[in-house]
Amino acid sequence: MVPDNNEPELVYLDHAATTPMRREAIDAMLPHLDTAYANPSGSHRFARQARAALDDAREVIAAVVGCAPGEVVFTGGGTEADNTAILGAVARHGGTAVCSAAEHHAVLHAVEHVGGRVLPTDELGRVDLDALAAAVDDDVSVVSVMAVNNEVGTITDVAAAAAVVRRRSGTALVHTDAVQAVNWLDLRALTPHVDMLSLSAHKFGGPKGVGVLVVRGGAQVAPLLIGGGQERERRSGTQNVAGIVAMAEALRLADEEREDENTRIAALRDELVDRLLRELPDVRETVPRPAKVAGSAHVCIRGIENEALLYLLDEGRVCASAASACAAGAMEPSHVLAAMGVAPEWARGAVRLTLGRTTTAADTARAADVVIAAVRRIREHAGARSTARTA
Amino acid sequence: MKVLCAMSGGVDSSVAAAELVAAGHEVVGVTMRLWGGDSDTGCCSIADVDDARRVTQQLGIDHLVFNFTDEFDHHVVDPYVAAHAAGITPNPCIECNRHLKFARLTDRADLLGFDAVATGHHARIVDVAGSSRVARGADAAKDQSYVVHMLAQRELARTVFPVGHLTKADVRARAAELGLRTAEKPDSQDVCFITHAAGRAQFLGERIPFRRATVVDEDGQRLGEVPAVELVTIGQRRGIGLPGGGAKRYVIDVRAGDDPMVVVGAEGDLADRSLWVDRLEWAADPLEAPTDVMVQCSAHGEPRPAVYDSGVVVWHEPQRRVSPGQSVVLYDVTNTWVHGGGIATRSLVNRP
Repeated sequence: MVPDNNEPELVYLDHAATTPMRREAIDAMLPHLDTAYANPSGSHRFARQARAALDDAREVIAAVVGCAPGEVVFTGGGTEADNTAILGAVARHGGTAVCSAAEHHAVLHAVEHVGGRVLPTDELGRVDLDALAAAVDDDVSVVSVMAVNNEVGTITDVAAAAAVVRRRSGTALVHTDAVQAVNWLDLRALTPHVDMLSLSAHKFGGPKGVGVLVVRGGAQVAPLLIGGGQERERRSGTQNVAGIVAMAEALRLADEEREDENTRIAALRDELVDRLLRELPDVRETVPRPAKVAGSAHVCIRGIENEALLYLLDEGRVCASAASACAAGAMEPSHVLAAMGVAPEWARGAVRLTLGRTTTAADTARAADVVIAAVRRIREHAGARSTARTA
Repeated sequence: MKVLCAMSGGVDSSVAAAELVAAGHEVVGVTMRLWGGDSDTGCCSIADVDDARRVTQQLGIDHLVFNFTDEFDHHVVDPYVAAHAAGITPNPCIECNRHLKFARLTDRADLLGFDAVATGHHARIVDVAGSSRVARGADAAKDQSYVVHMLAQRELARTVFPVGHLTKADVRARAAELGLRTAEKPDSQDVCFITHAAGRAQFLGERIPFRRATVVDEDGQRLGEVPAVELVTIGQRRGIGLPGGGAKRYVIDVRAGDDPMVVVGAEGDLADRSLWVDRLEWAADPLEAPTDVMVQCSAHGEPRPAVYDSGVVVWHEPQRRVSPGQSVVLYDVTNTWVHGGGIATRSLVNRP
């Protein structure tokens, strides 16, 4: 990024929050904002042009996901996709919903909203399979199991969880929130095990405000939005053609680059985390590397408050995050770390550094410098205060 | 100077930040999230955070939100509830200033490299014989020196009250001039963690069991009963379950012991010659010898002349009884600046 004045360049390590758009995706969407502006539902040649762009995008996405084009439902983002899967399944089939306590709020709050069952996780944030088996009965219409945790990066074996559900119920739909999976996992290996799958374009180089709910085979969910009957009456509202075209292009490229990027980014992540572990005492890698995606460098630093740490990182021009923020913008204690059973004195010092396509070795090196300096400063301050108290 | 300005989303702290920016300081605005529950006024509702954020954007400064809900519960809400359970009338705003704004926040500011913390309080800091003192704000009607009376030298050295020299009208005019969206916003009232809809009784009722209390006169003769001793305050006249007509009766004592009792009497029975003060904190040196002072016992109370001597305020003229739990602030004899303050304790034995 372009430095202003004499400040060092901004180091962006918050790719799990959003990752910058790919140039190719921006180029792909511009004509649809400019000259090719027709409504794809229209009945003239201009509209048919937009419709063709939409159908092209649907095919590209279906190919990467490993589903039929007709199974791709465009939504206004990942939250809408997750909400549709949960609320739509319960609205259509009755019964209740099940998920783990470490799910993204878009799933968790939807399950809570329908009075569903929230299950414990293991110490890495994966749904407890015994609890899952016990929770699924004929009254359950949908079970949601996230593929990759947005906070700590843990990969869940969705196929194994789906198998547990299938053994217990012939009718429960299995949904996976794959919003954080795209850059790291091959969706084609994931899709066959589930009935529904959510994607969000801005997590893989597309624009914000557009996503996908894959609804496979005979799975049926009631729409959240009703009206003009677009998306085969599964999601009414004029499609965001420009956003969808950009999303398809971004998804195609992310899929193409996935293997190489996994290797490159894992090496950068390892360097970053190894330095923190080596140079700072009382730092813990929240999830061991083999259990999580390459872009995740979540650590817990004992005895510090992440609110203060994030301010110092921001001052050092390093963009990072901790848990999710509340509506007022304040840091909330992480529900994911709570589900994992992380002790409060570690959880308070949780920091999420997430790497992505634009991350360089210079970025991770400077991020490590800034984090180490900030943690030392906080600890010295705490030390000085306790010395002052006892003096 | 690098200043962290506490911004509640109200007009005073908005203008405080603006004044600091205008004076050329490096300013960062911060809104503390203090209360996790329902709120309709106060410093923690989302609309107020939005207002504070928008003002910082208009001023071109950064805005932070700090989550201090745990400390707020621990230092403000829990003691507030415990005090009511003990038949004491606390002042939660003062505890919030003492433990959150001028302890937790200043400590955080210190860690993050700020030279000072600013708030929008209508108070000033003056020099008296070489040490700093909290002094009354320029607008007598809006003066808030009472609620920030606890600041000692260490805090005073790192605290700024940028609107203390302005009247409220000046503050609003300045906000309007700058086009700040908080210019017309009404002043916050009441306790920020208690909603108008629910009220104090419901808030306390969800947290402590209410206990019936016998209402008695001074001779111990039973006159009636009230459903919750926890909701009764000294000086109260209504809602004590006594029939209308006859002489006016006031609550003159609240005894929240094993056999809860509310003692009522005539207005004259509320008059005290002296007041005992506990947990005193001084801005500089403690007052050792008997000293003429002006004493204020509530946020908008009238200051009264007295002599302070070893934890006891001896009024020049008998004064209406102060509820235990209220802050008692000692001003200098000219009623300008603060010596220190403490908490009123039970002082029934001193009637004239």
